[in-house]
Amino acid sequence: MKKLGTALLMLALAACGRPTEDGGQAGGGRSLIQNKGSDTLVNVAQAWAENYKEINPNVAVAVTGGGSGTGISAMINGTVDIANASRKMKDKELEMARGNGIEPVEWTVGYDALAVFLHEDSPVESFTLAQLAEIYGEEGSIDTWDQLGVEIPGCDSNEIVRVSRQNNSGTYVYFKEAVLGKKRDYKMGSRDMHGSKDVVDLVLNTPCAIGYSGLAYATHEVKMPCIAVEEGGECIAPSVTTAIDRSYPIARPLFMYTAGQPEGAIKEYLDWILSDEGQCIIQNKGYAPVRTVTCD
Amino acid sequence: MGGVSAIIFIIGIFIFITKEGLPFLLGRFDIVEFFTSPRWRPTSEHNPTYGALALIAGTASVTGLAMLVAVPFSLGAAIYIGEFATGRTREILKVLVELLAAIPSVVWGFIGLSIMNPLIIKLFNVPVGLNVLNAGFILGLMAAPIMTTIAEDALKAVPDTYREAAEALGATRWQVIRRVVIPASKNGLVAAVLLGVGRGFGETMAVLMASGHSINLPTSIFDSVRALTATIAAELGETAVGSDHYRALFTLGIFLFLITFIINLTADLVVRGIRKK
Repeated sequence: MKKLGTALLMLALAACGRPTEDGGQAGGGRSLIQNKGSDTLVNVAQAWAENYKEINPNVAVAVTGGGSGTGISAMINGTVDIANASRKMKDKELEMARGNGIEPVEWTVGYDALAVFLHEDSPVESFTLAQLAEIYGEEGSIDTWDQLGVEIPGCDSNEIVRVSRQNNSGTYVYFKEAVLGKKRDYKMGSRDMHGSKDVVDLVLNTPCAIGYSGLAYATHEVKMPCIAVEEGGECIAPSVTTAIDRSYPIARPLFMYTAGQPEGAIKEYLDWILSDEGQCIIQNKGYAPVRTVTCD
Repeated sequence: MGGVSAIIFIIGIFIFITKEGLPFLLGRFDIVEFFTSPRWRPTSEHNPTYGALALIAGTASVTGLAMLVAVPFSLGAAIYIGEFATGRTREILKVLVELLAAIPSVVWGFIGLSIMNPLIIKLFNVPVGLNVLNAGFILGLMAAPIMTTIAEDALKAVPDTYREAAEALGATRWQVIRRVVIPASKNGLVAAVLLGVGRGFGETMAVLMASGHSINLPTSIFDSVRALTATIAAELGETAVGSDHYRALFTLGIFLFLITFIINLTADLVVRGIRKK
């Protein structure tokens, strides 16, 4: 039964995978923009799409999640007009796009501060990037909380429970590049959660845990220590403000990709996203806009 | 018609996953690494490794514990429902067992993540509650209803004449069950357990959420592990189609398919064993 269901689903997906030929043609009638990709961006992308209905009722934007990789490969295959991504396109993906005769154009639509999460009872107030690298990085030397000179109430075993993300999420890739460096891998044995929300859920219930995720997923029940680039350097707390002025060390750009220079409705939509109005929407969702904007 | 289409679909699925996985199997695949290395690190920039040992150990340990939970639970339930309960109690219990089977696996996973995790941390004073114990317990509860239903069918298949004959010889109710009914329905009960094992191997979402999803060779039930199915579910959505990583995940799929196929086939042959008698 289960196998039959899977097969039917695959057929259904194949049937849905047709390219939107009229996408982006701002002709006389309504046009549909297909937008797909990063789960980090999906809430914002939906908010943009909804608000855009009032700006231009002739354009409908259909938003789906699925992950940065999914969105980018759909853009390469021509099934969507705009791909959302929380990481840059990989060389291999650029190659594949060029193989299909597509020259992807990158648009930076906002920034996301990656916060480090701790249990609310944790006495730790700050980390340096080097400490985080020793905790998360392969062959890193820090495995227990007493090595940092702290004792966590409710964490008798002293073990640092590393909470991470599955190995191809944009968040995972960016944290690795920003904290561990391009060449270093993560230490084996971290709890790799499927989704930023699960990271927060696990950390707030686990005194020994440390995790990371986009700032937008933070709740009041987890603690977010400040991050210093080096020992003795200024320690910056994650916030929309520190992400806008780039003082927070682990804030990443969020991208949209189009297949070639966009025209018509797609171009208008992207221009609106980058306008003050569009940027206020991303700010309201807990991300940083590409420049300082004043919103009501 | 239904049977034929099922066969076509299964063959189609097998061809599809083999086609997607084959380039990896013939190229990058290293059978020694796959079965002996616990290092599953397909997205590493400079040195990707594809060792599935930790994933196999994760799936096996969680399923093993699940069976320890589910077998006594479901066989006990089947014997009570099939042999002792009568009338309304029996009907209500059957409905409840079926209801248990209808709980979506993501809800089980959610229970594991937000209820069982803090509970296990408090009860056993361990650093994290997402581990073999959590996932195995939840998977056991998930597999129990289907095992109960099949085991009960097996008990029901034992002709009443057997019971009557035993009782006529002066056997008590327990003796009838232990000496007559259970031996007579042995094959069906084994099939029920095997199908439960198959269910355990194939379960994805609940295991993904409750096991901790951590690459680890477990040494105790309080270690976090990662299952084969969960790895595919978590990683496939974000891989570049056609990359080594993508193909390696399909190779895991082929492996899983073969395991569940063998388990189901064995269960089927065992059931056929009783029919022949």
